Amino acid sequence: MEVGLKMGFEETELRLGLPGGGDGGEVVRKRGFSETVDLKLKLSSKQGSSGIDPNEEKMTGLTKEKNLLLSATDPAKPPAKAQVVGWPPVRSFRKNILATATQKSSSDESGGEKAAFVKVSMDGAPYLRKVDLRMYTSYHQLSDALAKMFSSFTIGNCGSQGVKDFMNESKLMDLLNSSDYVPTYEDKDGDWMLVGDVPWEMFVESCKRLRIMKGTEAIGLAPKAVEKCKKRG
Amino acid sequence: MFWGSRKTIDMNYFPDEVLEHVFDFITSHKDRNSVSLVCKSWYKIEKYSRQRVFLGNCYSISPERLIARFPGLKSLTLKGKPHFADFNLVPDDWGGFLYPWIKAMAKSRIGLEELRLKRMVVSDESLELLSESFPNFKSLVLVSCEGFTTDGLAAIAANCRFLRELDLQENEVEDHRGHWLSCFPESCTSLVSLNFACLKGEINLASLERLVARSPNLKSLRLNRAVPFDTLQRLLIRAPQLVDLGTGSYVHDPSSEAYNKLKAAIQNCNSIRSLSGFLEVAPCCMSAIYPICENLTFLNLSYAAGLQSNELTKLIHHCRKLQRLWILDCIGDKGLGVVASTCKELQELRVFPSDPFDAGNAAVTEEGLVLISAGCPKLNSLLYFCQQMTNAALITVAKNCTNFIRFRLCILDPIKPDPVTNQPLDEGFGAIVRSCKGLKRLSLSGLLTDQVFYYIGMYAKKLEMLSIAFAGNSDKGMLYVLNGCKKLRKLEIRDCPFGDTALLEDMGKYETMRSLWMSTCEVTLGACKVLAKKMPSLNVEIINGSEQTEFNLDDRQKVDKMYLYRTLVGHRKDAPEFVWLL
Repeated sequence: MEVGLKMGFEETELRLGLPGGGDGGEVVRKRGFSETVDLKLKLSSKQGSSGIDPNEEKMTGLTKEKNLLLSATDPAKPPAKAQVVGWPPVRSFRKNILATATQKSSSDESGGEKAAFVKVSMDGAPYLRKVDLRMYTSYHQLSDALAKMFSSFTIGNCGSQGVKDFMNESKLMDLLNSSDYVPTYEDKDGDWMLVGDVPWEMFVESCKRLRIMKGTEAIGLAPKAVEKCKKRG
Repeated sequence: MFWGSRKTIDMNYFPDEVLEHVFDFITSHKDRNSVSLVCKSWYKIEKYSRQRVFLGNCYSISPERLIARFPGLKSLTLKGKPHFADFNLVPDDWGGFLYPWIKAMAKSRIGLEELRLKRMVVSDESLELLSESFPNFKSLVLVSCEGFTTDGLAAIAANCRFLRELDLQENEVEDHRGHWLSCFPESCTSLVSLNFACLKGEINLASLERLVARSPNLKSLRLNRAVPFDTLQRLLIRAPQLVDLGTGSYVHDPSSEAYNKLKAAIQNCNSIRSLSGFLEVAPCCMSAIYPICENLTFLNLSYAAGLQSNELTKLIHHCRKLQRLWILDCIGDKGLGVVASTCKELQELRVFPSDPFDAGNAAVTEEGLVLISAGCPKLNSLLYFCQQMTNAALITVAKNCTNFIRFRLCILDPIKPDPVTNQPLDEGFGAIVRSCKGLKRLSLSGLLTDQVFYYIGMYAKKLEMLSIAFAGNSDKGMLYVLNGCKKLRKLEIRDCPFGDTALLEDMGKYETMRSLWMSTCEVTLGACKVLAKKMPSLNVEIINGSEQTEFNLDDRQKVDKMYLYRTLVGHRKDAPEFVWLL
């Protein structure tokens, strides 16, 4: 009965806090969930304290409570639960880390801010193709996809093995000296670069178009790569 | 002449040094406290030989009194804010400041070597003073602390010449992206443990590599997100003796040279028993760590949001010796089944929610827990965030695992009943407390009535810490617990209908406990005042949810948050305006 009294009293109840609407509003919001909890308690305490027996009244009570929760907020979203301070009891540090991670992964799934479609040309192929770079998470996946795409046009060593070899720096010089194919891209500044030097994410951000060119033509692009190879010996 | 006729030998006949040597073997705090109560001479000897002190509540005693009591202090553990501060229930600036402790110990020339802090406010100033005042300082462990920046860390690095351990766990650190790591002098070669996983900013990678290279005793290394894959690989080559590794960013192209190098480096690290990190992770790269999985005893993937259930289970298959596993709920019930059939040595399991903001969507249910209990009989510590729980499941778990010391269940909907029977979970938790006679820590959730507290009071005789939320019907519930749980030390309650009658029934009980927290309950200001007046050995604090400068005198008001704790030193002097000390 005391609990029942409390329910009606809630609106006018004196609270610790500054007088005035705004603050009262905040307090009410904070108690939003526990208000519904109180309702539930009121219903279940009607059964008496001798234990809970499943009965019609209780079932209805629970449904009533569910309805209250749902009507309180947009039914499409989980209701007031999400607004309960400190529930579920997870440290803010952990919450923040997982929040960043979820944001990242959901943006990956939806293709990011926008899909990153770029034209792909291959020397000697009669027409160009387009790929969405955000469909892939690594150079490896991209090279597989390109190989499949252009497999019907390749003669000799291009295709997935050729591009994979390209990724392997020790085979770079062989590749550049042969007539095999090498993937290059035009970046935001308009420069033509060798694919594979920068981290994947950076590549996706800066790549405007792809060109799979003959190895011999790519030598001019590769002074940096050549130096790298020289350093590694 | 005399002692020849004695039948027994009087221990006090031994010189002090002998007694001191004997006391050296007594390491537990409780036992040492008991020793000091035997007689004056033992008190004195114990007092001067005590080196390690644990204060579960930094406000239970003042720095000056502690130093006077134990002048030989070398290792201090301090806990500050109440536990519910972890969940944003305690406003910033509530308290728990480290500075006064450092100042007092520096002034008294305490030979401090170790400092372990939890939920304290640590300023850069205090870290600087610490680094300058204790020439033998060796070990700093900060858990869930805040208030400092990387500048404070720089002071520690630069000035603590014999630093062995710098362990930062889940702290809120303002990252000035300075070169704090570079502040370790070239002469510093004593590091055994370095954990900076919680830092958000960039790290000077070259300094890190050089530091690791000149630390031959380094056993534990936990990196932050800013340390890339390549660096990890180079670090492993320099430190194959590592026992505990926390990776930073674990994203790379698996067909690259760097990846192959990492695989080779890891194979060389035969001593790794504990693995964590993976703050950023590419699933395709996980196979590189399979070789070390078979020796792992602790695996923490609870930050690896990028790993799905099948990748997790593939990994778990290799971890037969696992004793502790921290994981995200995306492993799913089936995945937990794989854990149950693979990890027969499992003692501790923590399953965290991968989406803590969406209360509707945990990926594990009671089924996963039942599978674990069936497969891992050694399980003694559990933290389980789940979608739902049934009484039947809890009863089964209680039958399968009788060794629980810690049992924390968090159903994401805190008042959810048993979905099969629509009953409260009283019987399920009742079975747990009845069966697990050694239970020390319990956290409840789900729909619960006074009945569950009846069971807890009746059976949980060793219970020391109890966390209750959205549970119970009346004061009876709280009274069952206060009367029945003789070993209770910490009780924290939120959003329960417990009021003045329960609070005031046995006021002396609170002197046997460390602290009591009650928020959004039915306790009135008047009752708190009564309690404070009758029990001068307790501090009763009222925390106001909102800014208020005027002391509202209506005793019938319900208090928003009350925190009381026993203390030897009365009211603290550093309470902010919104905390009222009654």
